[in-house]
Amino acid sequence: MHADPKGVLTGVHFLDGDHACCEGTLAAGARFAAGYPITPSTEVVERFASRIPTVGGIFIQMEDELAASIAIQGAVWAGAKAFTVTSGPGFSLMMEHIGLAAMTETPCVFVDVQRGGPSTGLPTLPSQADMMQARWGSHGDYGIIALCPNSPQECFDLTIQAFNLSEEFRVPVMMMMDECVGHMTEKVVIPEPDQIEVTPRRYTKLSPEEYRPFEPREDLVPDMARAGAGYRFHITGLTHDERGYPNMSVETQDRMVRRLQTKLEPLANGRALCETENLEDADVVVVSYGITSRVAQRAIQFARARGIRAGKFRLITAWPFPAERIRELAGRVKAFVVPELNLGQMVLEVERAAMGKAKVIPVSHAGGTVHNPDTILNAIVEAVR
Amino acid sequence: MTEATTVEIPEGAQNPVEPFLRMDRMPHIWCPGCGIGTTVNCFTRALIDSKANLDKVAIVSGIGCTGRVAGYAHLDSFHTTHGRAIPFATGMKLANPELKVVVYSGDGDLFAIGGNHFIHAARRNMDIKVICVNNMTYAMTGGQSSSTTPAQVISATSPYGAFEPTFNLVALAEAAGASYVARWTTYHVKQLSRSMEEVLKKKGFCFIEVLSPCPTLYQRRNKMGDGLDAMKYYKQASKIRNGAPTGECTLSKSGEIVVGKFVDRDRPDYLELLRAQMTESLGERYVESEASCSC
Repeated sequence: MHADPKGVLTGVHFLDGDHACCEGTLAAGARFAAGYPITPSTEVVERFASRIPTVGGIFIQMEDELAASIAIQGAVWAGAKAFTVTSGPGFSLMMEHIGLAAMTETPCVFVDVQRGGPSTGLPTLPSQADMMQARWGSHGDYGIIALCPNSPQECFDLTIQAFNLSEEFRVPVMMMMDECVGHMTEKVVIPEPDQIEVTPRRYTKLSPEEYRPFEPREDLVPDMARAGAGYRFHITGLTHDERGYPNMSVETQDRMVRRLQTKLEPLANGRALCETENLEDADVVVVSYGITSRVAQRAIQFARARGIRAGKFRLITAWPFPAERIRELAGRVKAFVVPELNLGQMVLEVERAAMGKAKVIPVSHAGGTVHNPDTILNAIVEAVR
Repeated sequence: MTEATTVEIPEGAQNPVEPFLRMDRMPHIWCPGCGIGTTVNCFTRALIDSKANLDKVAIVSGIGCTGRVAGYAHLDSFHTTHGRAIPFATGMKLANPELKVVVYSGDGDLFAIGGNHFIHAARRNMDIKVICVNNMTYAMTGGQSSSTTPAQVISATSPYGAFEPTFNLVALAEAAGASYVARWTTYHVKQLSRSMEEVLKKKGFCFIEVLSPCPTLYQRRNKMGDGLDAMKYYKQASKIRNGAPTGECTLSKSGEIVVGKFVDRDRPDYLELLRAQMTESLGERYVESEASCSC
């Protein structure tokens, strides 16, 4: 279906990534946000607080990130599309409820505008050091989706995608922005509402007597019900059977946990969002994401100017990681160069996928600013030597 | 208060409350002598007497023995994370204001790990109904001290006797801004049912504390007998003092238990305040929330 025109600010704008992300939530149909102030993410909900009373919806500033990250889930089960926004320390506090959303298959969006860590770290400066936390931060086995925009335009576009994917797969989706992308101001084009595809929630068509809240469809995702619609269903964070009832059996645990991961498989490879350039003749491929991909772009240009056959592989869906795509490339390139604003996170996934068929060279950075393109260039030069 | 209506036992059922429970989940997990089931009985009576549309009542629990109540209630029911039932309920109420949202949880869940959420929901006068079954211990995990465990009580984590000052829950609720505050014990089933019925009909943040026995973990360690002994204690030690100043209603290990309805006041609730402020600031530009229709 198309976007509800009430939330869509069609036109050409000059926006930073945080504000563009907010416009993305409204275009996607989000009408509920709960937040807690934290730099460098707060502008997203500040704009939402300003916009939502004239669109129709709720913004509530909660008492902490634990509250914000579960208030959105109450709103979702009442029928809303909902999201919360935070940065490192708040993201840490939200981990328990990312697990709850994964376990209860609650579609919702968590925006993390990454800053330097650990702990309070660098509140106003960038990093990309929450990537593993986004994937593994809550306890237990589960799957999530993480998207990495590298421009304000993508903060808008991918936020809509984030909501759509969360509805399609019934998972929490992480928008993994960073301080640079969040605070960078560029042209953002917001299309007409009828040019914006929005995925509606899939509610069950069964009667309350027939409906089982966790009975998966063929695509392994169950249909939803919402509170107040007469289904009188039960949702729990305990291991549960298809009825949604707690069940502590090994068989139920196995069936449920495996499905929480395998339902995302279609997105891992064939449908992975990525941006590639010059892979056909590449000897070395730079794998990057977020703001670092824009620095890497410069390094790749320098390398090409020197006659080095360098290619680009930009992760847009970081999770599920597109392992098959990397594995396929590993069979025909000499090396991968992986710059990121952390001491080596997604590079581990590249290594895992490459299975030793190509060298994998990390270009780590502790955060606080972006790489110097020359540093990445040096790694490219080294890789093909 | 309305008189309780006579309730017919539905055909095929053995008890009038059966239609309100998920009978396919029985037997429940609670121990013999535990008071949680008694409170659930009172709650189902209140649902009947309030004539609430049960399709529009949602129940939210946290974690613990009382946290299991949501799982047995035949309503839209949500068993959430430890301490966070209130913010979940907050999101649910705001996204669909036509729901009556009841939070049903224990003292450890609501007042230790979840204490911050309780005071803020009361401050906002969020239109949710919070029922706290206070057994003065963490029962599910084996009987550790909670923020309501009275001095001198032996628990799994206070083997030489508890000594920390406790929360007086009713005073805390009143101070934080609750519209309705009452306390009963599981001996006071009629009064408890009526209070629950009242809060189902009342707007704003409502709080009921129910003292409830835990024979297995609290009483056994303290040589306080079984469930029946707890009833005798509640009967002998309770004084009904409606309107009593909540500051005088502190509980102790074996002292007087002041019960009653302490607070019943009308304050604008969160959504009314929101609508008033937005209307004042934005006039006709303000668009009433349609959060629940966005999908």
